[in-house]
Amino acid sequence: MTIAIIEFGGSNCNLDVLHVLEDVVGADAERVWYKETDLDRFEGAVIPGGFSYGDYLRSGAIASRTPIMNSVKKMADEGKPVMGICNGFQILTESGLLDGALTTNEYPKFRCEWTSLRVETTDSPFTSAFKEGEIIRIPIAHMDGNFYADEPTLSAMEDEKLVAFRYVDSEGHVTDEANPNGSQENIAGILNHKRNVMGLMPHPERASESVLGSDDGVRMFKSMVEYISNR
Amino acid sequence: MQYRAEVTIELKPGMLDPEGTTIRRALEHLGYHTNELRTSKRYIIDLEEESAEMAKQKVDEMCQKLIANPIIHNYTIEMREA
Repeated sequence: MTIAIIEFGGSNCNLDVLHVLEDVVGADAERVWYKETDLDRFEGAVIPGGFSYGDYLRSGAIASRTPIMNSVKKMADEGKPVMGICNGFQILTESGLLDGALTTNEYPKFRCEWTSLRVETTDSPFTSAFKEGEIIRIPIAHMDGNFYADEPTLSAMEDEKLVAFRYVDSEGHVTDEANPNGSQENIAGILNHKRNVMGLMPHPERASESVLGSDDGVRMFKSMVEYISNR
Repeated sequence: MQYRAEVTIELKPGMLDPEGTTIRRALEHLGYHTNELRTSKRYIIDLEEESAEMAKQKVDEMCQKLIANPIIHNYTIEMREA
């Protein structure tokens, strides 16, 4: 069982994800350059953060139109788990694998800080190791993390419980102060309708060992690996 | 024929434009009052096509496939002979 870490020019969290998957979780992972087109040998994929193609045009737009993304779509169609972190989330929305769009932070500043998140659903390959309503700590580092979707899309997401994580205060309340980027309804991470694709702006790989200040993030990777083993 | 397309991409009405808001606030500090300030991006594309219509169709395809994100953007295309 090997997980692909998809790399574009400008990806820069690839080695952190590789370290967590291999050294912390004990899974097999392999870095895959975007020019590869066949991902059939992989059981899952992570699209790590960074600034693919300099974030020119729009964050994630150029990466989302590369041929490897057709192979990632194929993986998703086959039910394999795909997780996009930060720029990876932007690439997944730009490619249409996830609903909505990520635009400039409401206060247009690059924000790099710890956030508190509430786990909104445990019914996914990425969140099964959490408890619903649990508050976890994961850092963000982005300028374009403002999640936008129109009303019908948002209410459908609500009905299907597709919101994976929301930004909350330390008591778990959804407040404007706890929202670092102006995302609608404090959304930090979402799932697709089949629940096997997740995108999130916070960086779980940066909170996967207690020496880093939190190891809450590692459970996302553990959930994913367990899901793959049980498939 | 050589054509030049000028593509203007802007955020849909009602969508927050943080860049525009910041510039507007800076102008306010300089003593200039404005009622609204919105930003847009302009792309200038030169291309070879048989007719202006075909050129416009190509550029429209480019907008739909890559240059604009239909969830958040509107765009206009102006064509002229280059």
